[in-house]
Amino acid sequence: MPAGSRIEEPSARVVLEARNVVKTYGHVTALDGVDFELRAGEILAVVGDNGAGKSTLIKTLTGAVRPTSGEILLDGVPVHFKGPLDARHAGIETVYQDLAVAPALDIAANLFLGRELRAPGLLGSLFRRLDKKGMREEARRAMGELKFRLPAIDNPVESLSGGQRQGVAVARAALFARRLVIMDEPTAALGVRETGQVLQLIRSIRDRGLPVVLISHNMPNVFDLADRIHIMRLGRRAAVVTPKTHSMNDVVAIMTGAATA
Amino acid sequence: MNTATVYPAEAPRSLKARILGSPSAGPLLVLFGFCVIFALTNPRFLATHNLSIILQQTVVIGALAIGQTLVILTAGIDLAVGAICVLGTIVAGKLANLGYDPVLSMGIAVLICTAAGFAAGGLVSGLRLPPFIVTLGILGILTAALRLISEGGAFPVRDPFLAWTGNTMKLGGFVLTYGVLIMFILYASVWYLLNQTKWGRHVYAIGNNVEAARLVGIPVRRHLLSVYVLAGLIYGIAAWLALGRIPNADPNAMQSANLDSITAVVIGGTSLFGGRGGLVGTLIGALIVGVLRNGLTLAGIDPLWQDLITGILVIIAVALDQLSRRRR
Ligand SMILES: Nc1ncnc2c1ncn2[C@@H]1O[C@H](COP(=O)(O)OP(=O)(O)OP(=O)(O)O)[C@@H](O)[C@H]1O
Ligand SMILES: [Mg+2]
Repeated sequence: MPAGSRIEEPSARVVLEARNVVKTYGHVTALDGVDFELRAGEILAVVGDNGAGKSTLIKTLTGAVRPTSGEILLDGVPVHFKGPLDARHAGIETVYQDLAVAPALDIAANLFLGRELRAPGLLGSLFRRLDKKGMREEARRAMGELKFRLPAIDNPVESLSGGQRQGVAVARAALFARRLVIMDEPTAALGVRETGQVLQLIRSIRDRGLPVVLISHNMPNVFDLADRIHIMRLGRRAAVVTPKTHSMNDVVAIMTGAATA
Repeated sequence: MNTATVYPAEAPRSLKARILGSPSAGPLLVLFGFCVIFALTNPRFLATHNLSIILQQTVVIGALAIGQTLVILTAGIDLAVGAICVLGTIVAGKLANLGYDPVLSMGIAVLICTAAGFAAGGLVSGLRLPPFIVTLGILGILTAALRLISEGGAFPVRDPFLAWTGNTMKLGGFVLTYGVLIMFILYASVWYLLNQTKWGRHVYAIGNNVEAARLVGIPVRRHLLSVYVLAGLIYGIAAWLALGRIPNADPNAMQSANLDSITAVVIGGTSLFGGRGGLVGTLIGALIVGVLRNGLTLAGIDPLWQDLITGILVIIAVALDQLSRRRR
């Protein structure tokens, strides 16, 4: 499957945008006036050297960090997230490198963690009973739709492989994201085969119409998956390229400052 | 690169796997084993009269172990269970003996126990102090304070309402105290909370992986506080059950309540590392302790041996927990 077959028209709607965002920690300037643009239906990779500001950029987009100055716009409207919950309520889901799952709880419970469904009727409203069956069914449906292979939905997450566990975290984001999904090195802790599973899952999310921001150090993965590549250098956006117009060497050269786009 | 071959879900888990995988399977087997041994060695053990006594002897520790389970599920531990419960008996007894309405006296006692839980929970969640130290401190403070209040001595509590939980009723030829009934109701209610509501699920999530709980937006601190408050409320109700067992308020009572409640929880298969286990196991664990003490007493064995065997059981249970943790 060729990457980036869907969004070649440059006029695709901008979903999430950052303008001239600065973030300083004391004397350290983590972000030095960075611009950012995520378009509808794309997988946008964010690459850069260690300390280039990738994670900080993503944290300002998800409300985990408040920018010192600059503007963030969601669907063209300025937003000011006070915390990750605000971003979540706005339809932005984030997947972290370390597995944010509760290992002893089952797959369905993890998918709905913090957003449990309550049973219909009096049982739910008065007795606050969980709709376990409904959540299982919904979880099955979602995993089927994402075509992600998992053991039965009522298995504890600790019985899964690392890739499957991260798959649960990614699926959770996909299940609840209404606008976009952000992933900060989601495969950093995984082996080759498991990484493949998660990458496939990321493609499924894009194919369902949700744009994805993917931070990764793995160039082959980036080139395999991304529609566009946002290159960070010294707290700024050095360039945005596509896998079609640039090679891995070009990207590395821009990352390190040996070349410009 | 198209590495991942993807299919929808595989076959569901079999019934056998569920039963064997259930954390209560082991404890149930142990309980059953002890019952068989005692029944074979002493025909009096299985007499309905004796079974009813076992239940009555289990009531207070059984109730306290519910609160202990909640706290341990959040990866904490409560060393103030006994002290808070004694606080309840002394407050209720003092007020009633002073001539206050007994229902009001008990109500105030339960409220004060709940407040003690609130204090513990506040220190644990607000100041992020380790539960071990917080509850140890509360144990020390309460023990001293209670001896000061009651001038060191125990006093009888004669009010019929305060001792009501010791009254008996017949249930199909089986004699039960109201206290036993209340204990079972407590188990059923808190079981429902833990297993059928969002509140309970979040207790497990916090004990399992606090960081994940926080990331998915669970208000971890507020939730921890609510756990300790509920535990305090349960200890207050346990105080009422204790007055029904022995109508006496004694600042020196329940010295072994910490160890016994922790024993029940741990033998019942709840992990000291948090996030695993539950109340079915704790009930079985409390019954194991009760059966063991009763059976050994019937066999005329020195109470010191009972403590010794209980101690060995706890260590085995914790060792099994640790081993299964390493395998994960
Ligand atoms: N909380 C913080 N306090 C102080 N400095 C910080 C903080 N977070 C990030 N920085 C600094 O900001 C800069 C950018 O860090 P950031 O984590 O965004 O880089 P990154 O591109 O994600 O790097 P990596 O590839 O190692 O993950 C670094 O110099 C880092 O030391
Ligand atoms: Mg980073």
